Amino acid sequence: MSALDVVASPASNETGYRSFQLGSFSFSRDEYFVRVGWEANGQQLSHKMSADAFLRAVMRDVAWGFFYGWVNFDAMIGTRNLYGKVEFYAGTYNPAYKERGLDHMETFDSRQIMATFKAMLDDWTNEGFDPFAAPDETSKSWLGKKRGNNRGAIERERQACKRMPGLPGDAELRTDANGYPVNRAFADVSQEEPEIHAEPGFENELHAFSLFAYLSRSDVTWNPSVSSVLERSLCCPTTEEYILPIKHGNDRVEWFIQLSDELEWQIEDKNTGAPRAKVIMKAGDVAAMPADIRHQGFSKKRSMLLVWENATPELPQLYESGKLKPYPVEF
Amino acid sequence: MTAEFQTVFGSLQDYAKGELEIINDSPKNYAFSNVFDVAARSAAYEKVVVAINLGYVLETLRAEGTSPWFAASHDEFAIVMDGEVEVELVKLDAPAGPPSKKGAILLPGNPAGRRMGHVKCKRGHQVLLPQGAAYRFKAARPGVILLQTIEGELSKQKWREICYT
Repeated sequence: MSALDVVASPASNETGYRSFQLGSFSFSRDEYFVRVGWEANGQQLSHKMSADAFLRAVMRDVAWGFFYGWVNFDAMIGTRNLYGKVEFYAGTYNPAYKERGLDHMETFDSRQIMATFKAMLDDWTNEGFDPFAAPDETSKSWLGKKRGNNRGAIERERQACKRMPGLPGDAELRTDANGYPVNRAFADVSQEEPEIHAEPGFENELHAFSLFAYLSRSDVTWNPSVSSVLERSLCCPTTEEYILPIKHGNDRVEWFIQLSDELEWQIEDKNTGAPRAKVIMKAGDVAAMPADIRHQGFSKKRSMLLVWENATPELPQLYESGKLKPYPVEF
Repeated sequence: MTAEFQTVFGSLQDYAKGELEIINDSPKNYAFSNVFDVAARSAAYEKVVVAINLGYVLETLRAEGTSPWFAASHDEFAIVMDGEVEVELVKLDAPAGPPSKKGAILLPGNPAGRRMGHVKCKRGHQVLLPQGAAYRFKAARPGVILLQTIEGELSKQKWREICYT
């Protein structure tokens, strides 16, 4: 089997959905639920998620390229990015399963798990359901038997600039003309752009744009783009509404800067899920997310969040080995 | 859900800090501050670090009046979080410092080089402060800048004063 082979069944006569196999994990869906199965300690085990929650979680994993560290779909299953390889686990970070040896984890080539997740998304996302959208913006067509697909939604590319959007040869700014109307929740956000007065010869070197207008035109939730790059320092702004569909487990410190409105983060221990804190952020607030936590955000109104990342490749090993403390600063 | 939304941004005149609800942790682990609160208590163009990640920093600057000239050996990015800020840029004839020197440095007097132009920014606008350029800010009334840069000799860390403990 090549790395990109996807193991899938024919479409079910009953529901129209295919089932998938990833290593020894099985994945199937019905009208309401996704079921993940595995074997541990001589026992057949399974876990169920609502299909919409599963699709929203897998969508982030695919769009983010498995992101930094852990993407917990819920308290039972998820992925850990090893950068070239990816672990998929069930129960590994759930103490009740872990202590009884009922958890299971397998490591896959990133391309193989990505291909399998994309095939699942493609087959299980019905026409009209957008896993990137807030619940208020998409239909309930995720439930029921298979009905068409929504490839336009699930094949969106993450918008990552090389230096700053709008520079020659870099990521485009968002406009009505290129398919990014102002989101309904940001209709009151000014669309005025900065005035750039360049001297002759410097037209391509002077650059500015309205970050808030850019964000007001985001067509996705909980999906950071990249809006400025300084070596390994990446500003990754995003717009957030309803609930982050995964619990992100950090393999490094990241920082949040709340640009607008309000967002609440529930913080848990990365390994056990035990509650540690709630961080309630309002416009202008800045907070670190330590390297030993998992977090999930709740935003009652679509809000603008600046996620600030350090993409230095050695960081996961430095935190894992204890050479770096899990918090960013001592005072 | 209603179809009417009101987006809430902060400002020096009108901001509300969020909260930390600690269950089993230290509040210091979150280094929780607020850029408007920091700027409200800062001197003009003081570069207060509000986020740090192994040398990379985000700094908050209170924009008020005309700043000195700054330059860095690398790009920097400024987001105007409140107020109206004009950024004036000059292409330096010679580097302001060695490439190994990180973070912004102060330039004595007026920089030697060609005028690149100026950018007028309002709230939410992001401006590139390119490597090899000197820049200064002008703000007729107090505003707030969030600066993505690298920790340098002008960076001030005063976590105990700005964070929840």
